[in-house]
Amino acid sequence: MEVRMVKVLKDIMSANNTIAAENSRVFNERKVLTCNLMASPGAGKTSFITATYNAVKDRTPFAVIEGDIASQIDADKFAAMGVPVAQINTGGGCHLDANMIQSAINQFGLPDNSILFIENVGNLVCPASYKLGEQLRIVMSSTTEGYDKPYKYPAIFTDADAIILNKIDIAHAVEFDFALFEKGIRALNEQVPIFAISCKTGEGIQAWTDWLMNRKTEIYPGA
Amino acid sequence: MHEMAVTKNILDIALESAREADNARVMEINLVIGELSSVADDSVQFYFDALSKDTAAEGAKLNFRRIPAFFQCTACKHRYKRKENTFRCPRCGADAKICEGGTEFYIDSLVVEN
Repeated sequence: MEVRMVKVLKDIMSANNTIAAENSRVFNERKVLTCNLMASPGAGKTSFITATYNAVKDRTPFAVIEGDIASQIDADKFAAMGVPVAQINTGGGCHLDANMIQSAINQFGLPDNSILFIENVGNLVCPASYKLGEQLRIVMSSTTEGYDKPYKYPAIFTDADAIILNKIDIAHAVEFDFALFEKGIRALNEQVPIFAISCKTGEGIQAWTDWLMNRKTEIYPGA
Repeated sequence: MHEMAVTKNILDIALESAREADNARVMEINLVIGELSSVADDSVQFYFDALSKDTAAEGAKLNFRRIPAFFQCTACKHRYKRKENTFRCPRCGADAKICEGGTEFYIDSLVVEN
């Protein structure tokens, strides 16, 4: 009997990250700008993707992968608008992983040169740990949730590429403290752009979609 | 659910390393987990005990080394672990930036027996 120490030094998420890298390669080859949208349930993810689609549909092909624990509700909405959409039901799982995305991208008509939104499962904890192969990690919060989300769920904000604050039209009514919210974000992610928007009134959508289209041109010049 | 998926990863990596180490039995797994990596230690050990039944890692003990996230004050440069409900500097009250650590999430080593 010999007891000894064996060095491993292996990332716990390595299996997921390997598949995420494969997804990323597919997106790059097909010049698809992929956005992983993460937020709490009810923040307005589906409304936000719809508002984004309506603002950019004349300028770029667009597609959606919907992640939910159960139901086709969101996918049906996009299908009715004529948007190519795949629905993933996680069957209780609290996040999407790279393997689910790999299966989904082969199962629907993902257009080349498109913007692909992946609507993650509503949750500010688990999705933070799972890379999907996306180029942009978009974290959304809403004024009704209160200013404190960066302080309570810091991880998801630290590597976001853009922060969306939705329901800005009712910020006053719910006494949302924007200064404290912004301080929390800046402590974790100094440079990240913050877009205050309202999917209901359309406020801020143009600034957000201008930024998004610029990122697409920067990542895929000439596409 | 998240802990269950993470635990399955830990078990898979440990079993692969144990096979490479002349089919050793896994006695302990040393994990390094940053403060910003959201997993609950007790929950991971609980799932591990269930998932590792009848494997070469059955009964292994998981050791968690937690790495704190450090913040640095933008005014007085004090470096600290966050203790308050905000991120601001506990000395002077100014705003701070996260400066180090907290995102670690890996298996450092195994204690094995042949």
